[in-house]
Amino acid sequence: MTQVREAFQTLEYGPAPESETLADEWLHGGERVFGHYIGGCWTDGEGAIHQTRCPGDGRLLASFRYGTADDIDQAVGAATAALPRWQAIGGHARSRHLYRLARQIQKRSRLFAVLESVDNGKAIREARDLDIPLAARHFYHHAGWAQLAASEFAGYEPVGVVGQIIPWNFPLLMLSWKVAPALAAGNTVVLKPAEYTPLSALLFAEVARETGLPPGVLNIVTGDGATGAALTRHDGVAKIAFTGSTEVGREIRRATAGTGRHLSLELGGKSPFVVFESADLDAAVEGIVDGVWLNQGQVCCAGSRLLVQESVEEEMLDRLRARMERIRVGHPLDKSIDMGAIVDSTQKERIEGFLAAGAEDGATIWQPSAAVPEDGFFLPPTLCTGAPASSTIVTDEIFGPVLVSLTFRTPAEAVALANDTRYGLAASIWTEDLSLALDVAPAVKAGTVWVNCTNLFDAASGFGGYRESGFGREGGREGMWEYLKPASREGPAPGPDSDEGTGAASTTARAPRDPIDRTRKLWIGGRQMRPDGGYSLPQLGARGAPCGEVPRGNRKDVRNAVEAAARARASWGATTAYLRAQILYFLAENLSVRAEEFAATLSRVTGATAAAAVVEVDAAVQAVFTFAAWADKYDGQVHSTPFRNVTFAMNEPVGTVAIRCGDAVPVAATIASLAAALSQGNVAVVVASERYPLPALDLVQILETSDIPPGTVNVLSGIHDEVFPTLAAHDDVDQLWDFVADDLSGEAERLSAGNLKRVWVDRERVTDWLALSDLATAMLLRKGTRVKNIWVPYGV
Amino acid sequence: MASNTTTPARPAREAPTSSLRNPGIPLDLDLVREARVNRAAADHRAATLTTRRSVKRAWQAGWLLRAVTLIDLTTLAGDDTGGRVRRLCGKARRPVRGDILRALGVPPRDITVAAACVYHGLVPAAREALRGSRVPVAVVSTGFPAGLSPLRTRLIEIEESVAAGAEEVDVVITRGLVLEGDWERLYDEVAAFRAACGDAHIKVILGTGELGTLANVKRAAIAAMMAGADFVKTSTGKETVNATLPVGLVLARAIRDYHRSTGIRVGLKAAGGLKTAKDALAWLILVKEELGDRWLHPDLFRIGASSLLADIERQLEHHVTGRYSAFHRHPLG
Repeated sequence: MTQVREAFQTLEYGPAPESETLADEWLHGGERVFGHYIGGCWTDGEGAIHQTRCPGDGRLLASFRYGTADDIDQAVGAATAALPRWQAIGGHARSRHLYRLARQIQKRSRLFAVLESVDNGKAIREARDLDIPLAARHFYHHAGWAQLAASEFAGYEPVGVVGQIIPWNFPLLMLSWKVAPALAAGNTVVLKPAEYTPLSALLFAEVARETGLPPGVLNIVTGDGATGAALTRHDGVAKIAFTGSTEVGREIRRATAGTGRHLSLELGGKSPFVVFESADLDAAVEGIVDGVWLNQGQVCCAGSRLLVQESVEEEMLDRLRARMERIRVGHPLDKSIDMGAIVDSTQKERIEGFLAAGAEDGATIWQPSAAVPEDGFFLPPTLCTGAPASSTIVTDEIFGPVLVSLTFRTPAEAVALANDTRYGLAASIWTEDLSLALDVAPAVKAGTVWVNCTNLFDAASGFGGYRESGFGREGGREGMWEYLKPASREGPAPGPDSDEGTGAASTTARAPRDPIDRTRKLWIGGRQMRPDGGYSLPQLGARGAPCGEVPRGNRKDVRNAVEAAARARASWGATTAYLRAQILYFLAENLSVRAEEFAATLSRVTGATAAAAVVEVDAAVQAVFTFAAWADKYDGQVHSTPFRNVTFAMNEPVGTVAIRCGDAVPVAATIASLAAALSQGNVAVVVASERYPLPALDLVQILETSDIPPGTVNVLSGIHDEVFPTLAAHDDVDQLWDFVADDLSGEAERLSAGNLKRVWVDRERVTDWLALSDLATAMLLRKGTRVKNIWVPYGV
Repeated sequence: MASNTTTPARPAREAPTSSLRNPGIPLDLDLVREARVNRAAADHRAATLTTRRSVKRAWQAGWLLRAVTLIDLTTLAGDDTGGRVRRLCGKARRPVRGDILRALGVPPRDITVAAACVYHGLVPAAREALRGSRVPVAVVSTGFPAGLSPLRTRLIEIEESVAAGAEEVDVVITRGLVLEGDWERLYDEVAAFRAACGDAHIKVILGTGELGTLANVKRAAIAAMMAGADFVKTSTGKETVNATLPVGLVLARAIRDYHRSTGIRVGLKAAGGLKTAKDALAWLILVKEELGDRWLHPDLFRIGASSLLADIERQLEHHVTGRYSAFHRHPLG
């Protein structure tokens, strides 16, 4: 019992290993070779066999296969076959299945936790207290959505077979984030777990089989990037949901471009962790520990960029270094460690590469004095100070236990630095000053903002990014939309070529009134501008007769328009909803005053009958009223997350929306889409109908007189092939709305991969501009916003 | 006056020598008023301290033994008598059965509690019962538990207790001064208490359950330390909410800040509501993580408790025999 005396004298922690007997049994002591889970059966396929090892000690855990294109094909086939029945059983039956899965995760929580810990290298404490309970929570929450989907999402239907690719940092949790909402909405799934960490997904497949989830509803194909690529390219897949690196996300964006496949991406980040002088500094230090050293920093939303106010920098860093000395790094199954192992040697080397580059750039790299274990992929917590802003350790996602510290002087500078990144996944703000916190939280470009807390997650609150951190949300009501599409409608919508009224040149259409030659211009930054190229295009009238010229915009006009929009973006986004509503009502008023004139123009240009033209202009006025009405009514939500805090989901404008109008009903299409974008605080660059641009250019006169601030709306005309790709590729455009849906739309999707802007191609033709349905209105509002979840814990 | 009052908090044998007493510093009102505590973050840290660390088997036994040496074994009941106090003091001298200690490989003479804590009237009895041991007598004072009697009588009470042989004095502050934000008077009150204590060590009970907010807890602790507290102590044990981990966290951090700025180490005493071995381990983890190993000795950390010891004894016996133990197998305190 000398150990007792020693412990009495030293008060060291001693080892506290979690038992792995059950996991070992399940893995047959490392002998087990897993196949894929397809159509409710285990199949081997032809793929090569690989091994998965424990990064904490290098021990062999199990073998599994890299799925081939054939395996993916079979899995998609099984998922397709399962789809009708899975949808037919209804929401309540699906709810029961999800509930059962939630329960099963809980009942086997320790086995799941141990597997997760040895496969990934994460501390057993984290797997036990965070990964597994949250995974169960997601199934519970979405059991609820399955029950409620028919009433809460009336008018929508599941997208179909969903392909899901998940990362290795939170294997089961990411599975649950993906699978639970997909199944709740009535989709079937083919999921590919990460090649480093297939085990918990395989156990989950076993659980799904045992609990009677119908065959084919969930299929799991293990493998690497090639397996994932086969999944993203498969024609039978209606949607791809991906979590992983921005680099791969971009590839998937390109691969799915033009296929009509729905897409949601949850990608990388370099999230700011902002500490004001008014913060509880000790609390902030602890927040950093949770923020950047959770899971060895291998967290997409890790608060890896510390921004600390200059007045408290020294004190903050002193406290932080003292705290870092107490962080224990050790075997993942030790219950007394804070940090486990890095998932793989490749990752470890990558992180070390960043540190070397940072040191070369002049940064000071500080690590605590305690040694880390040598027989495994371990790294100590690391603090980098004095790095130049251009250093890759400041700009790039390291995905490791590395914190980079920078300073700021004022709140405005803190926001500027926080937003000085291509990413926008999360942010953490520390201050005891409520006014300051609530001023900064909306200003930070990030999908999740944690005030005086960090890395809190819950199924009721949507998680997802801004900018190159991806699009789409996971969790909450906002997450369900990712797995739904508008229900198929009975008749086809009027296509772009429906030549209503053509040929029947209406006798009631008035003759052109103005004999004076009119010069129509582009509208950029609140001014009428001649096109940069100096070329015009003839606008042919209904019977082929010329009825004016329109400017032929080029890439420089696009550039100018986007820059003008960018200048207007912040102020328009910050206007009150009341003011936006007033401006929209005024726009409707001005349009209605000149309704007859526009109807006449429409008839002259498109050949619409007088009656149809009047209907169209009237529809435009109505649409503006609709979106004016919604401006101050499209509220956010307060989510019920199981913490003592307020989690509010705010609808924020997306930013700059590039709108491509089709040829049908050009006045209504232009005005209604603009009104939708403006009502939610977006600025817009509109590309007028290619065939009938003239009415849109005439509308500029209405826009000009409606108190719309300069640059808030910009109108371009020209050949779509010449202007729209420039918009699609532009890194300062945040979203594309493409109401044409042709080959160019696919090209635009491909080009959007540069900054991963959100793209909405209305392939389902939801938007009938003459009679906007409630569903179309809701979609326009939803597309015009993105949800930011702000978490504010409270207490005295 | 009591003899041998320079090191009243007897450290366990392996403990470093006592640090210098806190002489106090001038009141810095800004430091007091600017103290900030985020409640949710404090709760989160307190809740995860014990999930981040797990002390098992031999280490747990060693830790629990250390906990024993940190206990201010306390009886504070209206019906306390000489006999009751003598039994308590017997337990204080030999808190754990000798056979258990021998089985654990620890010499029985190494293990006593840190102090025996009684009301003023029982100081002579306690002193008598502890004669020849290294266990000092601690007394609760200053109109304990409410502390609302006249300042003059409170000061006399301290002096009388010290004269009767108390080597440690647990005083209570006037909680109203905190709620009124009257930091000058609070500072003066504690400074007067300390002066009255003379060589006896002063533990300042903040009554944290009655201070309303964690920020007030921190402010009161800072003011008390500035006024010369040797220990800051959570509670009297008579409030409805006593020693909680978040409060312990706030006090530990206040102590850490005071050490950072003055170089002086002030002790922490948790009192009230600690009943199980698990509670004791949680507090040890808190002190180790937030203040460091130096604080894990009786000159800087105490646990005020009555029934806690019995639960620790059961756990220690379980460690020796492998069987779960029963309360009646251990001598009553």
